[in-house]
Amino acid sequence: MKKLIGAIAIVLTYSACKFNTAQTTLPIYGNRTPVTKTVDGKTETDTVYQTIPAFKTVNQYGDSITNKSLDNNIYVADFFFTTCPSICPVMHRNMLTVYDAFKSEKGVKIISYSIDPKHDSVNVLKQYADKLGIAGNTWWLLQGKKDEIYKLSESYLVRRPEEDAKQLFIHDGYFLLIDKQKRIRGTYDGTLPDQVKQLIADIKTLKAEPDQISGK
Amino acid sequence: MKLKVISVICLLLGVLFFSCQTDDEITFKRYYTTGSIVYQNSCQNCHGKNGEGLSALMPPLTDSVFLKANKASLPCFIKYGLKEKLLIVNKKPFEGNMPAMDLAPIEIAEVLTYITNSFGNKMGVVTVQQVSYDLDKCK
Repeated sequence: MKKLIGAIAIVLTYSACKFNTAQTTLPIYGNRTPVTKTVDGKTETDTVYQTIPAFKTVNQYGDSITNKSLDNNIYVADFFFTTCPSICPVMHRNMLTVYDAFKSEKGVKIISYSIDPKHDSVNVLKQYADKLGIAGNTWWLLQGKKDEIYKLSESYLVRRPEEDAKQLFIHDGYFLLIDKQKRIRGTYDGTLPDQVKQLIADIKTLKAEPDQISGK
Repeated sequence: MKLKVISVICLLLGVLFFSCQTDDEITFKRYYTTGSIVYQNSCQNCHGKNGEGLSALMPPLTDSVFLKANKASLPCFIKYGLKEKLLIVNKKPFEGNMPAMDLAPIEIAEVLTYITNSFGNKMGVVTVQQVSYDLDKCK
């Protein structure tokens, strides 16, 4: 009897450990749809997750950047504009900590879509990048067609930007964590240092997931 | 008798002196406390919680020499903003726009009292009279 209790205790401890390791993957956000296919005469059901659709932009160096440019990268995305007087400076002060944590690592990128492409030309974005103190190809500031960027924001599950009466752009300050399969794996309030700390920790967790190492 | 009169006068002077001091201190504290709230609402996003600024985009508010040299212009910077004006802060150039802040003279006095006595600065109270005077002379 005593042996049995001992055995149960060992099993319980082991399963508790296993449960803990299962926690080190991040959730997958967005809509999911079941897809049933027939493979070799058998029907199989697979889950298809929401992914970031194709987009076309240019970065602060004038290089063309599309969704393909981010293949094989985990990336963090946000929406901003250079003349933003409200939350953008806070967001990018916090994003700088993410940049500093990953600027020397391959496979992690940051992209900031401008929601004011009329003003934020390649030149303006380059000046902003220089003043912010970012260089290289870790953090891209992107200019695209306004309608496309606004439409794209919905795929990132953030509020669609709006212009108010004073011609200021209203948007929210979320940072989105996207995996190599272009699925949304985390949303963080970019104005709060604690949440940005969590983002840095989550990027490390995500990088260690088997799906991210294989990239498939 | 004479000693009594003198001591009473001394005591009165002492009380007067002491109460004047605390009055100033109370004014300072009131300005400073309200100023910190104005700062949070109107300045902190760009200039940072500790007045550290943001890289070369937003100037820090830690340059006491700059603040002293531009004391009379500070209310104008806040009220009317800055447009492509070159400022040298902490020996670094800053050239950009600062939005105009829709603040009353009393709020400007409060926030300036907060800024010029935080982040390593110590310049004393900025009165609403001084701010109104400086605002009249804005270019």
